Amino acid sequence: MSYFIDRRANARHKSAVNRQRFLQRYRSHIKRAVEDSVNRRSITDMERGEKISIPSRDISEPVFRHGQGGKRTIVSPGNKEFVEGDRLRRPGGSGGGGGAGEGSASNQGEGVDEFAFSLTRDEFLEFVFDGLELPHLERKQLADVEEVRPVRAGISREGVPSRMNIVRSMREAQARRIAMRAPIKRALQEAREALELEEHKDPVLRNPSRVKELRDEVERLEKRLETVPFIDTYDLRYNNLVDQPQPSNKAVMFCVMDVSGSMTQTHKDIAKRFFLLLYLFLERNYEKVELVFIRHHTAAKEVDEEEFFYSRETGGTIVSSALNLLNEVIHDRYPPGQWNLYVAQASDGDNWDDDSTNCRHILSDKLMPLLQYYAYVEITPHAHQALWEEYERVAAHHPERFAMQQIVEAGDIYSVFRELFRRRVVA
Amino acid sequence: MAEIGTITRDEEFLGKGSDWNFEDLEHYQREIDRIAKDYRLDTYPNQIEIITSEQMMDAYASVGMPVGYHHWSFGKQFLSVEQAYRRGQMGLAYELVINSDPCIAYLMEENTLMMQILVMAHACYGHNSFFKGNYLFRTWTDASAIVDYLVFARRYISECEERHGVEAVERLLDACHALQSYGVDRYKRPSPISAEEEAKRQQEREAYLQTQVNALWSTIPQPPREELLQDDDDPLGLHQRGRYPSEPQENLLYFIEKNAPLLAPWQREVVRIVRKLAQYFYPQRQTQVMNEGWATFWHYTIMHRLYDEKLIGEGIMLEFLQSHTAVVAQPGFDSPYYNGINPYALGFAMFTDIKRICEHPTEEDRRWFPDMVGSDWLETLHFAMNNFKDESFIQQFLSPKVMRDLKLFALLDDDRDEMLEIAAIHDDQGYKQVREALSIQYALGHREPNIQVWEADVRGDRSLTLRHVSNDRRPLDKSVYPVLRHLHQLWGFAIKLESVNDHEVTQRYQWPLPEGE
Repeated sequence: MSYFIDRRANARHKSAVNRQRFLQRYRSHIKRAVEDSVNRRSITDMERGEKISIPSRDISEPVFRHGQGGKRTIVSPGNKEFVEGDRLRRPGGSGGGGGAGEGSASNQGEGVDEFAFSLTRDEFLEFVFDGLELPHLERKQLADVEEVRPVRAGISREGVPSRMNIVRSMREAQARRIAMRAPIKRALQEAREALELEEHKDPVLRNPSRVKELRDEVERLEKRLETVPFIDTYDLRYNNLVDQPQPSNKAVMFCVMDVSGSMTQTHKDIAKRFFLLLYLFLERNYEKVELVFIRHHTAAKEVDEEEFFYSRETGGTIVSSALNLLNEVIHDRYPPGQWNLYVAQASDGDNWDDDSTNCRHILSDKLMPLLQYYAYVEITPHAHQALWEEYERVAAHHPERFAMQQIVEAGDIYSVFRELFRRRVVA
Repeated sequence: MAEIGTITRDEEFLGKGSDWNFEDLEHYQREIDRIAKDYRLDTYPNQIEIITSEQMMDAYASVGMPVGYHHWSFGKQFLSVEQAYRRGQMGLAYELVINSDPCIAYLMEENTLMMQILVMAHACYGHNSFFKGNYLFRTWTDASAIVDYLVFARRYISECEERHGVEAVERLLDACHALQSYGVDRYKRPSPISAEEEAKRQQEREAYLQTQVNALWSTIPQPPREELLQDDDDPLGLHQRGRYPSEPQENLLYFIEKNAPLLAPWQREVVRIVRKLAQYFYPQRQTQVMNEGWATFWHYTIMHRLYDEKLIGEGIMLEFLQSHTAVVAQPGFDSPYYNGINPYALGFAMFTDIKRICEHPTEEDRRWFPDMVGSDWLETLHFAMNNFKDESFIQQFLSPKVMRDLKLFALLDDDRDEMLEIAAIHDDQGYKQVREALSIQYALGHREPNIQVWEADVRGDRSLTLRHVSNDRRPLDKSVYPVLRHLHQLWGFAIKLESVNDHEVTQRYQWPLPEGE
């Protein structure tokens, strides 16, 4: 007796729990791999999974086994030239030329001693944000820039030729023609009938002056009929567009980072995590997010991502150089009316002494009126310097849009974002 | 009329492409069933489940248990299956069949019609009849109870997780899994498992078990009733009460379940569950070659019958032959694709050769298998399937022809000799020796180190001593330490392990490691 059961509609992912258990158990390994991967990847490239390898010895399940050594006989297939009593050298020092492929190195790319598997995108992001405890990045109402966008608003008599509505114009013209020609046609008809009547009268009774009068009338009416224009400026109709304010769905994120000698690669990695968070957040809120990387030591420069995170510079620090460049870039390429502007700045807090005051002035006078949000992180375990104090004054003036935070470890980054979220929820 | 009807129907099936529907499956299942009965294949009822490839990966990952408890190691299994499948390294699941009554077999929806027919012949009739007929399965497993037991086990373990925390249960399972292969009774027939009874007896057993363990550890067990010898150093005979256990115990998990001093009752129950499942899988580990060989032999035979009866067309047949050839391929030891002896290839070759010996014996066969020559092949085949395991099957039935065809040779690897030696090859002087060596290679007792409980020091420091009886001086792998650590977690006191070679202790292991190491 046999029967078939169609189980295809049953729940998939029966192993989901076991999979999660595995990921949980090897959290530290996976986290390390994910961290490497984050450092390797571009910030815009976080929306996919990752292949993770863990050394097999770390995840092996031990059992009692025989080790190398002792005496054993191995039976293998595929003998070609051996005869009984042949003596062979041990291959590669390891015992066991046959066996069940023990310790054989794979030539398919990765060694057998690596356990490789793939994380899904969600799992990957979870590991990226692990320790940051970032809440679900929900779409929140941001104070968006109002951008005007032309919207159709019916038909008007005025406009530019390029917006002319042909159909409507021709319809108007036809209506006008009908309206203007009808009385003339009627009069013409009457005149012709009268003329005919007059001409068919007996010659004796015919009134020649009347005939001439009528003929002139017909001629005049025919001319009038012809002069009714096919189309008149009066007929023209245009599509009407009205400017309607609309929230912009474009954002640009400026990453500003100090790359002077005092910023180590660790600092930069933490900064990268911070930029990444802001990017992911913006990405979920705007249709289009552009990135601008500005790095500075004593002079600022706009660079690509690769150079931003990985090239090494030395020298002093003048933060205002970056802020000035930022201002220029905004004015050149990202008019604040069309773009939502976000700035994320990371630094170790060092600045040229006199420069911090400059920074405050540039921020307060030029930049803050344009920006949606300015987030500053100071990656240092040490005491704050002048820049922090000046920034605190800026923050006092713009509590809504200026956030600053000190970060010692990657895990601290979250608090910056908590600030951002908390305030927006209230607003 | 009816005949004409059948003919058109068959032609309709003959012309089938690779798409299938339930009607096709039922049709072929009936035909295969008829042919199988012809060959006296006695099976459990079949429960054939159609599943998706994802579900197949799930099924794979739970090592063939239709319902499994949760553990990270199954997740690891799943991830590696998934990775291999995505990369196309692995054709998923030629067959997956569960030794239960009814026998559950899976068909993947992506498979072609040919594949579905093949899997039905292979799993639903080949493996199924093996499960029902082979003496090991008849003795050690209870097909009708397993699914219920698995459900019980899963529920019990998730209850434990709720009560004691996932991590505590996970650690316990880790420790049990490390000793899984030592959780079987090799010689004593186990009592059959029954979920219903388990659940019913569960509560009383928990209470009872604990009192039993308490008794063992609080009141020192009485020595055997024999005259205590007087000794000057030990006038009270405190050290003469004999070893506990008095006989070495092969089932480590059983010993722990019953005797570990500190385990809570629920922990003993979990140990028991792992032990019972290990016992259930024990016959499968001993009959790989036979089981696969048997199933392969029958799918091959059944497919040919279907073709001869014009129930399948040439297209399906060609597709089948290609697939079958890949399954029974045996790369040589020096091939990059070599991955040990292919049980499908060896088993299929042996069963096919048994049939040949019965029907068309040569002079050689008359010398080697005088009893088999001229006997009814089907009878002989069933006899072999019913009464042997890999070890003894090879010893009894591996013929010189199969050894020649596979070009088997035996290599002697002795660490006292700096060279390897070819001990025997597939020639007249070598057949017996190759066969002997291959048979030993499949003996579980030889593959796995022989480790038994030697002594639990119930009156002293409560340490547990195991004995490893070394075979041909083969040492234990370094993995012995992590296993001892797991064992230590279960037992709660120091663990010692002695390697014994020729009644002489050659190596001692210990956990926790002695100070200074």
